[in-house]
Amino acid sequence: MSLTQPLAPPPDLSLSDCAAAAPLAALRGVGKVFANRLEALKGVDIDVREGEFLALLGPSGCGKSTVLRLLAGLTAPTCGAIDWRGGRPALSFVFQEPTLMPWATVFSNVWLPLRLGGVSKSQARPRVEEALEMVGLGGFAKAYPRELSGGMKMRASIARALITRPAVMLMDEPFAALDEITRIRLNDDLLALKCSLGATVVFVTHSVFESVYLSSRIVIMAPRPGRAVAEIAVDAPMPRDPDFRMTPLYAEKCRETSLALHQAMDLAPPPESSRVEGAKA
Amino acid sequence: MNRREFIETMLPFVALALGLLAWEGAVRYYAVPPYILPAPSLVIVTLIEDWGTLSGSLIVTLSTTFEALAAAVVVGVAVAIVFAQWRLVERAFFPFAVAMQVTPIVAIAPLLLIYLSSGAAVLVVAFLVAFFPILANTTLGLSSADHNLTDLFRLYRASRWQQLVWLRLPSALPYFLAGLRIGGGLALIGAIVAEIAAGSAGRGAGLAYRIVESGFRLNIPRMFAALLLISASGITIYLVLSALSYLLLRHWHDSARGRET
Repeated sequence: MSLTQPLAPPPDLSLSDCAAAAPLAALRGVGKVFANRLEALKGVDIDVREGEFLALLGPSGCGKSTVLRLLAGLTAPTCGAIDWRGGRPALSFVFQEPTLMPWATVFSNVWLPLRLGGVSKSQARPRVEEALEMVGLGGFAKAYPRELSGGMKMRASIARALITRPAVMLMDEPFAALDEITRIRLNDDLLALKCSLGATVVFVTHSVFESVYLSSRIVIMAPRPGRAVAEIAVDAPMPRDPDFRMTPLYAEKCRETSLALHQAMDLAPPPESSRVEGAKA
Repeated sequence: MNRREFIETMLPFVALALGLLAWEGAVRYYAVPPYILPAPSLVIVTLIEDWGTLSGSLIVTLSTTFEALAAAVVVGVAVAIVFAQWRLVERAFFPFAVAMQVTPIVAIAPLLLIYLSSGAAVLVVAFLVAFFPILANTTLGLSSADHNLTDLFRLYRASRWQQLVWLRLPSALPYFLAGLRIGGGLALIGAIVAEIAAGSAGRGAGLAYRIVESGFRLNIPRMFAALLLISASGITIYLVLSALSYLLLRHWHDSARGRET
């Protein structure tokens, strides 16, 4: 399964151009305290640059998913600000679970974002079919989610995310629940799609190897409270070749990222101290 | 179907046949008079001979049941939607729905018979018992939509109406159907209970009225025949609603899914 037709030509942005331009989105001093007084994020500064593949890597509880939800506007920061250059663009979100409507066919699931925007079924049909074709699910429009394998469900979920041609795709450990072989194929297909669409991707993962293989930049986060502690650039051409995994650069970046992740975990205090001061009263 | 499955399917029927045979045999052997205990064969004969009277009663009871169930579905779902859309309304009124449910409706029936015509009272009693499971299940179902899907709808700026129609109502369907199955059985029970409470003043003359009347006349075989019809109605209602549930959910819900082995 690979993509057959790109939707749009890739934008003319090389990695160095991205780095020089003003960030597409900037989290500035963002803090988030949940209703149960758990401090999920504290003083987070993260830039999202246009056209990049940004991985957020960290142990569980470091607030990676909260950063995505903040970017999506699904939750508001307790303090600090999220600045989008030119306002929040069209976004899409891919969850860890495929999150398909079980009562609807694959077609209806992929159509949903357009349908909510008032696009009729006949108007949406060519775009839905194109998106399904791109993720390798051509011919599965009439299937129900439960008839699909885990990997195919995730492909349907990605097709739904692509259908609005979003400027930014937010992905929350989308492949964590899949087997290794499926994950490797989906990684390559995702990179190909990202490059053909020219979308910016923010990808949450807890896998060092996945983050190095996929991303142009990795932000490492530490827990309790969640914060960004390190940043590693992976300067290799996109989309990545499967042979990239055999290169010295890949090995070096994996080592560097592993080290940074371990340092981030050492920074974390024991779990008891994760509540806001005064919560014990 | 293999041999073992065939035997397992047939076992309840074999048990039933054996029980009926024992009953028939005992009645004949001990020459039990029919006004004490009629033989199954006599019950069947009575059912056929009295079909004119009994079928009329059957129609009366079934129409009460279905009218009550239809009203319970319409009102139950409508109230559940109101509860789900406006949480404060739910807070204000749900306790009363529960209070109504835990009060035995049989105890309310005589009161209703004072205020309403007997026909309306029977209908209201059957409605009240069927209403609550449909309301409670649908309310639960409407608030059980997948959180991530709810976020997705928010992300694409879905209106409350779109969220209700395309997310919450489909999510609630399996819950509603479970409530409907319970409500269908309860509507029949409610109709029977109300007919007995209404007695001879009952609306037309339902099956429960026939039972009471036949009891007064010591027409025990007809009592059994009416009972048989009530039981068959209950079983049919359950089977029809189960089939409806299967048809609506077979594509997607685990409850309608055979185990893949």
